[in-house]
Amino acid sequence: MTNVGESDRLVGLLTQGREEFTGKWVRGVTSTLAGRLTAAEVQQDLNELYTALVEALRNGGVATRNEAYGEVRSLLTELSRNRARQGFSPTETAFSVLALKDVLEPALADGADVKAYLQLARVLDDLGLYTIEVHAKTREEIISAQAEQLLELSTPVVKLWDGVVGVPLVGTLDSARTQVVMEKLLQSLLDLNATHAIVDITGVPAVDTQVAQHLLKTVVAARMMGAECVISGIRPQIAQTIVALGIEFGDITTKATLADALRHALDRIEERGPVEIGGLL
Amino acid sequence: MSERVPILKIGDVLLVSIQIDLEDQMVMDLQEDLSQRIVDTGARGVVIDISALEIVDSFVGRMLASIAAISRVLGAETVVVGMRPAVAMTLVELGLSLGGVRTALNLEQGIGELRRSRRNGSVPR
Amino acid sequence: MHESPITGNGDVVKARQAVRVLAQEARLSLVDQTKLVTAASELARNTLSYGGGGTMRASIVTRGTSTGVKVVFSDQGPGIPDLDLALTDGWSSGRGMGLGLSGARRLADEFTLDSAPGKGTTVSVLKWAR
Repeated sequence: MTNVGESDRLVGLLTQGREEFTGKWVRGVTSTLAGRLTAAEVQQDLNELYTALVEALRNGGVATRNEAYGEVRSLLTELSRNRARQGFSPTETAFSVLALKDVLEPALADGADVKAYLQLARVLDDLGLYTIEVHAKTREEIISAQAEQLLELSTPVVKLWDGVVGVPLVGTLDSARTQVVMEKLLQSLLDLNATHAIVDITGVPAVDTQVAQHLLKTVVAARMMGAECVISGIRPQIAQTIVALGIEFGDITTKATLADALRHALDRIEERGPVEIGGLL
Repeated sequence: MSERVPILKIGDVLLVSIQIDLEDQMVMDLQEDLSQRIVDTGARGVVIDISALEIVDSFVGRMLASIAAISRVLGAETVVVGMRPAVAMTLVELGLSLGGVRTALNLEQGIGELRRSRRNGSVPR
Repeated sequence: MHESPITGNGDVVKARQAVRVLAQEARLSLVDQTKLVTAASELARNTLSYGGGGTMRASIVTRGTSTGVKVVFSDQGPGIPDLDLALTDGWSSGRGMGLGLSGARRLADEFTLDSAPGKGTTVSVLKWAR
């Protein structure tokens, strides 16, 4: 722990020099953000932060793990989150905190206050790292939210005819997407009482063994539920890759176009005739 | 506490609706009971409704396959109906495809399936 | 943390139900719940048939921002002499189709198998909430 005298001294200095320090701090930070945030916006953030920091030093000394730093941390969390969302880099975000060191250095870093300055510098380093951490976490959240949205967006299941549903697949098929597509498709079989499903892969750029595997699983799962599944939209290049890679589609029906697949499904439905159960009982 | 799965007879179709999470013993009992009932009633179709089953593991999967095979030998066609999507996806991942087992989306489709196979003469008399 | 013995046929059902409760608590999607419960069912039956009974321990785990459910089965049975072979589809030394271990591995996000002849077997499966 630090001795109380030093943090008291820091608090005194920071309180006394508040106007000068925050002014320089805001100017320093604003200049690195190249006009993407106005001085007024920066000033509001930093003033609050400065007040919270002085308060934390008064109550908790320089131990940043202390709960006295709760307010500082929550302000920094908000600041980092906003910066991350606005597209600022981690360095730019951390600099919002670290710039205070540059401001205080000339005022504190010589003579009697050098020790106090070093301790404060350590506090600011800690807080700077914290902003980077929050920044990274926010980006991760954004990425996973986007990935989820993409999953939702890219897999509409549509009713094509009575008893026939279709999924036009667009983009690359990985196992996470396959699971979502599969689940939606299979659920729609139940909901729409559909005995035929068409998976159209016109929008899938490439079919490798793994994609083929995913398609196969979908067909087998549909079959186990009692529906027939046809793969359509196999472009000539894809047909060539499938053969070149030696991918076995087994007894799965494939068609060149969605129209062919729909015709096939309708023929099959006609062949089977309507579901009549009366006569059997 | 050897609970047994009830087997209902409607015309020449036996209907089994599995409503609870099955213990292994019940699965084996069902296989035995069903074979006996097919012989006793001369049933020509069996519908097994699994729409209430939250999971089907390889043990139950194997039971379904062997019931289908046994009843075929006894002159009855089996249709498994109502498999849930999550169950189908899990079975595929598990490596089970229930080949040789007829399936249908629901009871109505299942009975339609039996009727169709009867009409096409695929069930030996 | 849930711990239960796997010593009789009824315990397989209980194990499934316990894992289902945890999977719901950890907010796994319905499909992931089903996959994990099925994997647990396969492994519980293995513990019973090959290990001569044992225990299941299931718990919710967190790593970073992810939450998941981990289920560990251990027995003091004869152990598995050839792990690679045991993980091959279709290999079976008892009843079942030989999909137990390999199937459970495919159903889980993470899988560990620790076994040696005479030392018993410990298998774990983990599924993350997406």
